[in-house]
Amino acid sequence: MLTKKQLFTRGMLDISPHMLSVIPFGIICGAIGVELGFHPYLVYAMSFIIFGGASQIVFLQLLSGGASSLVAVASVGIINSRHLLYGAVLSEYLEKLSFIKKLLISYVVVDQGFAESNKFFKKNRSEEFLHYHLIGTGCTMWVCWQIATLSGIVLGSFVPEELGLKFAIPLTFIAIVVQDLKKLDHVIVMITCGLSSLLFFDAPFKSYIIISPIIALFVAALLLRLKK
Amino acid sequence: MTLTSIIFAGILTYLTRMTMIALISRDMLGDKIKAVLEYVPSAVFPAIIFPGIFINDFGAFIEINDPKIFGALVAVIVGYFSKNIIATISAGLVSYWFLIFFVFS
Repeated sequence: MLTKKQLFTRGMLDISPHMLSVIPFGIICGAIGVELGFHPYLVYAMSFIIFGGASQIVFLQLLSGGASSLVAVASVGIINSRHLLYGAVLSEYLEKLSFIKKLLISYVVVDQGFAESNKFFKKNRSEEFLHYHLIGTGCTMWVCWQIATLSGIVLGSFVPEELGLKFAIPLTFIAIVVQDLKKLDHVIVMITCGLSSLLFFDAPFKSYIIISPIIALFVAALLLRLKK
Repeated sequence: MTLTSIIFAGILTYLTRMTMIALISRDMLGDKIKAVLEYVPSAVFPAIIFPGIFINDFGAFIEINDPKIFGALVAVIVGYFSKNIIATISAGLVSYWFLIFFVFS
């Protein structure tokens, strides 16, 4: 049985490789916000209040492009609605927690943290303090995101644009799903999601990001039925 | 004004994170749904990966010979065999840089 501290540290270690892509992306996000003409305090407030990677850039781009704030807020909500799926998966492992702890831990659920903690949870179901792993991944992400966006805001885009570091984001998610390419059913689900996301890319409010997972989960349900 | 919108966007985002964790109990999800939820990572992350590779900053499809496609393929191969996140990201970036700086320049 691992202690709380060991689980927290394990969570930190499991997510830290992803900082290779998260930190440059955070710097870019911060710098773009200021370049678009928003007040530095507002750009930083987003990292604290929204704490949601790409949705922050979309929000500012929409506002600066003249979209109404209703459209910008709705887009952030739709982009981040994928967290509902993460929560549904995680709820199984977090159900013993008190309501207050559930409310607190929810704030630090992010893509990479969900992915790494979910992998850990599946292998270590019997651990008593599993949620400390999720706190470890989430807090590491939170601290790095605050520092990265803040340095982008203060120092500007000191990451050379020619390097195309935004490309590190798809790469970080390739690293997360690549081992599931061994399973044919997962490959089918991934291709369904990927192709749907390209097909629906122009759907309003960036809704491709939730439409394609829903289609892919329907395909997964069909595959499960065929397996029986 | 912008701050108000940020706060609303933040509340909305928090609700997406909190709803399923705090308001759903295990009994509310049947075994079939739980079996489908096993696929969540494979069903969600390609929606970030594919547009990140195949669609450029201006919302248009890239050419078939775009360096990003090559970089992504290298990342998949290196990631599959190394099982290492840093190796996967670095391999993808370095092969992408090699193409944009030395081959296509």
